[in-house]
Amino acid sequence: MSASNWTTDFLNQLNSAEFFIVPAHINPNAVNTAFNGEPQSDKIVLWQIESKHWQQFSQYALKQNLRWVAGWAEHAETVFIVNSCFEKAGIYVLLRTRINTDHPELPSQATVYPAANRSERHTQDLFGISFTGHPDNRRWTRHQAWGKHSYPLRKDFSVQGEPQAVTPPDMNYPFVKAHGAGVYEIPVGPVHAGIIEPGHFRFLAVGELILNLEERLGYVHKGIEKIAEGRTPESLARLAGRISGDTTVGHCWAACQAMEQAAGITIPPRAALIRGILAERERVANHLGDMGAICNDVAFVFAQMQFTRLRELWLRTHATIFGHRLLMDRIVPGGVICDLSETACTLIKQEMLQLKNELSEVMPAIDLNSSLEDRLYTAGYLSPETAAAFGTLGYVGRASGQDFDVRRDAPYSPYDQVTFKVALEDKGDIASRFWVRYKEINAALKLIDQFIEQLAEGDLLADWQTPPAGSEALGIVEGWRGEITTYVRFDDDNKIARFYPRDPSILNWPALEKLTLNNIVPDFPVCNKSLNGSYSGNDL
Amino acid sequence: MLRLFKKILTTGIVTEKYKAPKDDELEKLGIQIKRHIDKQFSGSIAIRQVDAGSCNGCELEIHALNNPYYDIERFGIHFVASPRHADVLLVTGPVSRHMQTALLRTYEATPNPKWVVAVGDCAACGGEFGVSYASCGAVSNVIPVDMTIEGCPPTPLALLKGLLGLINK
Repeated sequence: MSASNWTTDFLNQLNSAEFFIVPAHINPNAVNTAFNGEPQSDKIVLWQIESKHWQQFSQYALKQNLRWVAGWAEHAETVFIVNSCFEKAGIYVLLRTRINTDHPELPSQATVYPAANRSERHTQDLFGISFTGHPDNRRWTRHQAWGKHSYPLRKDFSVQGEPQAVTPPDMNYPFVKAHGAGVYEIPVGPVHAGIIEPGHFRFLAVGELILNLEERLGYVHKGIEKIAEGRTPESLARLAGRISGDTTVGHCWAACQAMEQAAGITIPPRAALIRGILAERERVANHLGDMGAICNDVAFVFAQMQFTRLRELWLRTHATIFGHRLLMDRIVPGGVICDLSETACTLIKQEMLQLKNELSEVMPAIDLNSSLEDRLYTAGYLSPETAAAFGTLGYVGRASGQDFDVRRDAPYSPYDQVTFKVALEDKGDIASRFWVRYKEINAALKLIDQFIEQLAEGDLLADWQTPPAGSEALGIVEGWRGEITTYVRFDDDNKIARFYPRDPSILNWPALEKLTLNNIVPDFPVCNKSLNGSYSGNDL
Repeated sequence: MLRLFKKILTTGIVTEKYKAPKDDELEKLGIQIKRHIDKQFSGSIAIRQVDAGSCNGCELEIHALNNPYYDIERFGIHFVASPRHADVLLVTGPVSRHMQTALLRTYEATPNPKWVVAVGDCAACGGEFGVSYASCGAVSNVIPVDMTIEGCPPTPLALLKGLLGLINK
């Protein structure tokens, strides 16, 4: 079945069930924007439905094997515009409905798609939309910084809000309880023992065995969606680069791609290639760090020292060539601000060769270590079924057989000009998530080589043009953690009206609750590291 | 096992030399030390790092302090797991309102005498996030701060120099 067929067939099926969907372009401006040789509007279709069909649609979608991608809302005077996004075979369906602010209720999609669970709770906390039939409608993003009946993303809520002098701790969150002989609770966090982000984990354990794990995130909620409103494109790009510090290239690219498509701008080919190089270098840097940290969490310090050393060398090259160790603010609306000279390209190539040589020495030493094998194989198992149900992305999904990668399946420039192999493992354990990262490093190095080969003289920045008020677009890129989906809508005067970045962590975090089950409490750190969700990207 | 030893031997020692920074050098790195640190801290400090709302960028660079190039432990500076073991709180991020009480409690749990180092632009002045319904902005809006190290994020070198400036070696 060809890619465009499934939407046509699906649409016929829905309309014969009286959904009355008229497919539309998400952004008419973007029609001219080449997107893998096709207009972008063919990759993303907008379907508007009545609110009463919201849940029913998701049942049809599940039968069609659509993946639930993201969900967000927007306040416009007397209505809430509610969106949820689905994907199959690289085609995205943006589903939209409108509900009245007087009666903000919508049948929940989380009953059908577990992936939608926390996203709907986030929308419930920030907009006051109640999702009827939701399997778990406890608060999620809201702790105690704002009241139960005030909703920060409504237009009548000011950016400053009405905070208390000291925000009280979130004491009475109703965690899942267990009773019985020998069952006990272990509360961990928000301040953790290591140098990591804050979040709370509540274990129910019997002896060392984990009976249940519940995550309580939201501690680093910084109001990113609210403070994005009214920003200029440049300012939004800076903010997007700080959604999750390790994914600064990924988020910045997704936000810029969305803004550029909304404004109908095509970036110069040279800028696209440099963006590709930046994104792949970010991927390598993070995978190197993670692989060391996974080994360190089972006390195999040799690997930690080798990988942190390689990562440091890699970051130093970021600084000398691109001017920033983590590559922040290199991508701007319309292109990039850093160029690559001939010498820089040679340096990058030499460094990649050196990294390959180093890894060819380090990896066998790791692979032949039986004590490491004992800890990583079969631990933290995530079944392909669970991975699919939660819509897990990136290396977490790909280590459990979820063969999806935006770069290949919905390619955007410059990935539409290259060929590469998507790393895949199927064992679903920590070792799989370790090895899939190694494969991704190798694939990334090959990609950088291809991008450098294709670099031709040219501009780095396209001229910006102010988009008409109401222009909207979705930016979809493969960040190092997986697919990032970013929604942008412009107001008049070049100002941002709505910004919603969906970090892959939002879909990956729930998988951690599942893959730690029946592991022992001391293995939790390595399970957590093998997934390495972003707290900041999740909490926004 | 032989491969492992061979790699260790051929890698050798990559740790780099750093001299104790002078005052003007610290100033250039955007490091402000409000007052001189007591003599009892010269020689060694135990640090408890607290992410109070950061984007994780600062954490990545703080992590780098433990890599073999910087190897911060050789200066007697080490990271501890509990505020009760700490002399210094290294705080990153604008303080999110949801982390405000946690930060205050961590501060209270740290025994006196103690020092607070605000790391990164967000911790120093609120950065890209500022003050809002969800963010208290700079760390000094929540607990007293003795030193700031600016940067988005500060490089490991700036962090290292700042911390060496703190122990006044």
